[in-house]
Amino acid sequence: MTTPTQPPARVRVTSSRRRAIRHLDRPVAEELTEQTRLGDVYVAGLMRAQLRLSASVLLVAALLLGAVPLALAIWPELRLLRIGPLPVLWLVLGVAVYPAAVIGARYYTRASENLEATFVDVIDKT
Amino acid sequence: MTQPLSLAAIVAVCVATLAIGSYGLRISRATSDFYVAGRQVTPWRNASAISGEYLSAASFLGVAGLVYSRGIDMLWFPIGYTMGYLVLLVLIAAPMRRSGAYTLADFAELRLESRRIRGLCSALVVGIGWFYLIPQLQGAGIALRQVTGWPTWVGGTVVSVVVALAVSAGGMRSITLVQAMQYWVKVTAISLPAFILLAVWRADPAAPSLDPATLWVSAGTGPGSGLYATYSTLLALCLGTMGLPHVLVRFYTNPDGRDARRTTVVVLGLLGMFYLFPPVYAALGRAYASRLPEGARTDGIVLLAPHLLLDGTSANLLSALLAGGAFAAFLSTASGLAMSVAGILDQDVARRLLPRFAGEDLPDRLGIRLATVVGLAVPLVVTWLLAPVGLASTVGLAFAVAASTFAPLLALGVWWPRLTTAGATAGLIVGSVTASLAAGATLLGFTSDDSWLALLLAQPAAWSAPLAFVVTIAVSLLTPGAIPPHTRATMARLHTPESLLT
Repeated sequence: MTTPTQPPARVRVTSSRRRAIRHLDRPVAEELTEQTRLGDVYVAGLMRAQLRLSASVLLVAALLLGAVPLALAIWPELRLLRIGPLPVLWLVLGVAVYPAAVIGARYYTRASENLEATFVDVIDKT
Repeated sequence: MTQPLSLAAIVAVCVATLAIGSYGLRISRATSDFYVAGRQVTPWRNASAISGEYLSAASFLGVAGLVYSRGIDMLWFPIGYTMGYLVLLVLIAAPMRRSGAYTLADFAELRLESRRIRGLCSALVVGIGWFYLIPQLQGAGIALRQVTGWPTWVGGTVVSVVVALAVSAGGMRSITLVQAMQYWVKVTAISLPAFILLAVWRADPAAPSLDPATLWVSAGTGPGSGLYATYSTLLALCLGTMGLPHVLVRFYTNPDGRDARRTTVVVLGLLGMFYLFPPVYAALGRAYASRLPEGARTDGIVLLAPHLLLDGTSANLLSALLAGGAFAAFLSTASGLAMSVAGILDQDVARRLLPRFAGEDLPDRLGIRLATVVGLAVPLVVTWLLAPVGLASTVGLAFAVAASTFAPLLALGVWWPRLTTAGATAGLIVGSVTASLAAGATLLGFTSDDSWLALLLAQPAAWSAPLAFVVTIAVSLLTPGAIPPHTRATMARLHTPESLLT
């Protein structure tokens, strides 16, 4: 049915080398948003630093909190200590832990914001 | 037995909730303008709202009940509820805000690029939400019975009806301002009577002393079991908080990741301030009454304490303040949970099924209304059928399920680029099956003896959460081909400060 026609002649497609833009002075922020390999390297560095910070905060909190039940199991008489009318353990578990948690959280938040600020600085300078 | 003042306080709280619910549309339009218009929801107000929604029946009544009946060891419960926010802060707060996900299911779909895992997460959210609603409704029953002598099913039914009406009328959730006020109402309701009762105790020459020996009840049964239970509870609460249906949603109202972190720090402070007080009631209760009057439940000790130290009108007034605060706790947490559950039932179930039965032209809000009714009816019926377990213990089991399912998904999703869809699915299935079987066996009372098996089932988190992590990681490593295609882009978005992306 169809009449065989000649396929169109082959044309070589190339880019004009002279007009190609060299990417040397691209801001890194662009690399980040455009998901280039270079951007990935920067983000991976930030993630590693943040993860190290998070893991160390969690580890310290786990060791401090986790030590208390263990200490109580080993030395049950700790439960009977008291300051004035109040049991020491109450002051530790019922009161002191909460400000301690807030202090830890503030430390983490500041450190994490500092990491991000450094990251932003590096990106803005390059 | 009936205390008219307390009943009046409870009625007032319910009516106020309904009034706010029916005006909800008007207010919520204003407040959502508020935060869309820009960064005006400060960390303080947002943190008050988060704390207002989070402090539930388990916090208001359950903690004091546990400390009263089982001693200072139970202080690990409020510590865990609070530390959960520290873990959330350190692991997911800022990335979660940056993901733009509104719910857990949204995050799963966005990170793992799979509709199927979204469905799985939705089912889990409904399950955990129901699990968490049960103790809220039970708590309401206990509180109402304490002040009126009515049977326990009345309180749960009242809370369900009020929440259903408020939620389907306007939606409570978007009203940041109202939830923020709820926090301050609850803190006032629990702290003011505590200060007064402490003053009464100090002034009383014949007052019993708060002897550590009487405050301390047995720490556990078998060798090492107390230690295991403590660690397991702590792990469940610390990891479970981030996986609760009504917690993550509130982080979306932060303007950016940095503010999400700052908000969480304030939340830690606000929760800590609240949790100073419930143990006071437990201690005074123990000092004045080593045994409760006939028929009273230990979870009611907060409401009972004023009557142990005082009598007449002053006791009734304090008791009324506490009862009102407790109902505020049930209503705010229950409405947050009901919204989460109803939202999912509406989106993932009702919108698919309803058109089949009713044709295309449905009334506008029929789906969400039906979903709200179903979402509340299921846990309500369960509370009628089940013998009540302790409030804080039931809540603990809900945390254990969340810790064994969403904690691995969120933590690995945010930090581990090699997480695969297959790995996450396997982890969710293994975690949910093990933790909910253990929780179910405990709730139905199959395991009331003191054996290690019963303990492992009553406190599953210590083994089920690590198991879920291991399964997720192992299956992910075995299926490297299933890494979602846009993982790198997603991870970059989760961790890059917003200031660079504009």
